[in-house]
Amino acid sequence: MSDATGLTVVTGAVSPTRKRLTSILIHVALLSASVLMLYPLLWLLAASFRPENEIFTSASIIPSSWSIDSYIRGWNGLRTGFGTFYLNSFIISGLSVIGNVMACSMAAYAFARLEFKGKNFWFAMMLMTLMLPYQVTLIPQYVLFRQLGWVNTFLPLVVPKFLAADGFFIFLMVQFFRGLPKELDEAAQMDGCSPWRIYWKIILPLSTPVLATAAIFTFIWTWDDFFGPLIYLSEMKSYTVMLGLRTFTDSTGESDFGGLFAMSVLSLVPIFLFFLFFQRMLIEGIATTGMKR
Amino acid sequence: MTARSLQSGAPAGERAATTPSLWARIWHNDAPGYLFLLPWLIGFLGLTIGPMITSFYLSFTDFDLLTSPDWVGANNYIRMFSNDPKFWASMRVTMFFVVFSVPLKLAFALAVAMLLNRGIRGLPLYRALFYLPSLLGASVAIAILWRQIFASDGLINKLLAMVGIMGPSWISNPKTSLWTLIILSIWQFGSPMIIFLAGLRQIPQDMYEAASLDGASKWRQFVKITLPLLTPVVFFNAIIQTIEAFKSFTPAFIISGGTGNPINSTLFYTLYLYQEAFGFFRMGYASALAWVLLALVSVFTAVSFLTSKYWVHYDE
Repeated sequence: MSDATGLTVVTGAVSPTRKRLTSILIHVALLSASVLMLYPLLWLLAASFRPENEIFTSASIIPSSWSIDSYIRGWNGLRTGFGTFYLNSFIISGLSVIGNVMACSMAAYAFARLEFKGKNFWFAMMLMTLMLPYQVTLIPQYVLFRQLGWVNTFLPLVVPKFLAADGFFIFLMVQFFRGLPKELDEAAQMDGCSPWRIYWKIILPLSTPVLATAAIFTFIWTWDDFFGPLIYLSEMKSYTVMLGLRTFTDSTGESDFGGLFAMSVLSLVPIFLFFLFFQRMLIEGIATTGMKR
Repeated sequence: MTARSLQSGAPAGERAATTPSLWARIWHNDAPGYLFLLPWLIGFLGLTIGPMITSFYLSFTDFDLLTSPDWVGANNYIRMFSNDPKFWASMRVTMFFVVFSVPLKLAFALAVAMLLNRGIRGLPLYRALFYLPSLLGASVAIAILWRQIFASDGLINKLLAMVGIMGPSWISNPKTSLWTLIILSIWQFGSPMIIFLAGLRQIPQDMYEAASLDGASKWRQFVKITLPLLTPVVFFNAIIQTIEAFKSFTPAFIISGGTGNPINSTLFYTLYLYQEAFGFFRMGYASALAWVLLALVSVFTAVSFLTSKYWVHYDE
């Protein structure tokens, strides 16, 4: 530790001006990093409001004149309008939220609060699924859903959520439920409450933070999902927003960048609103559980 | 426990509790747990284990979705390793992506987290701004934006033109196309950053105070205190991000229009698997590809966990 004797003075007794300078430098670094990171997003937003002929001539993030033509053109740019895609996306994401929160909280309650034979084994199995690449089950699942006649319906996208297929949320909720005082269940049990009543009347009401976090992430991830809709939805009237966007790039995108950008912006609006109103919850959710995205 | 012993307070109940039939005991002890677990259990057996077994079987067949599968032995695997340049191309692309995107993303995340952890003003705002790309980044819209940014007449080249540089077409040049995807991945450093930040908060400040009194430089403090104490978080982030990188699909699909071009330079393994399964309906071959991916991810995870005791510092 002798190599830093010169620095002892610096770190030990930092002069106020030096501290101030460091702080300013950090803010400059962070601010420029923020600008660099947000610049593409702001440019996209600006491009969506530019008149068509200006889109590729400017790198600025403030349009010289504002126009919503791109939005009007883009909204009806495909055979089926984006209104339908939005409705489809909302239906799929909404049902997924309901299914995921219900099924995952039930499984998590069993793992966190109930005793039964084989519990540790099933819990280990659940953890294993967290690491499993979905490609390994993809083809048989596709065959199964095809035989059931579910291809080109929302069922392959929604039903797995009602079967708690995303173990990640179970894990998240187990962690939370374990933190709730066990005395609550025991007291209720003594009063003759069934496990179902304890789950419904005690555990769930106390767990609104984790349920809300799970609900928001389920919504966002389902909304963003591209692969599922890509393989299961083949008719344009059942497309989601993401699938609609992709079709847009294939068919008209090369000629109508304005419309494409406008619809891209619109597709991000629901996620952005969640970010705006629930960012604390999202960030805390990630910080405490180490979420993947 | 308590409730059961209380309920069996009545003499009749007492007898039932001491000598119940096997079924009654199962019903009483295990049924509630399994009833709550039921949805997950159905999903696990029907959508995970069943399909896994089927997929393993299909990987030894020539299944094409329309006709019934014929057993071909290990032919799919043999062909993959000995006679399929596209398989090796996709393997190279995915490995390159993992090896460069994950460490760079984590290094960036840690660097910014450390800047943010110095008790600066406006922390919540910065944190939120840096997190936003992580939240939006998985979207098709961002992939579309990226394709435009790096196009020959795109945003990057427009900025370069301002300083008099003629930029290449980053997307259609096989030397740079994969890097555009790596940059997209690094851009989303927000969520590992938040996890790092939470980890940094756990490190007691007095350790740094003691170290700086002993005259340890900032760099030494970082190497000797921060990094060792942060290894569990580094480990966690590295595992999660690596598995995510292996599974990445949407950006490569959108940016290359589903082809993996130019000359297979963005042919992610997942994209190749998708093409084989749903483009050519070679479902048997695609199943074999999936099992090789699983083997790859498993080996990586196992090695990480086995070596973790040598470099991950767990206090307790």
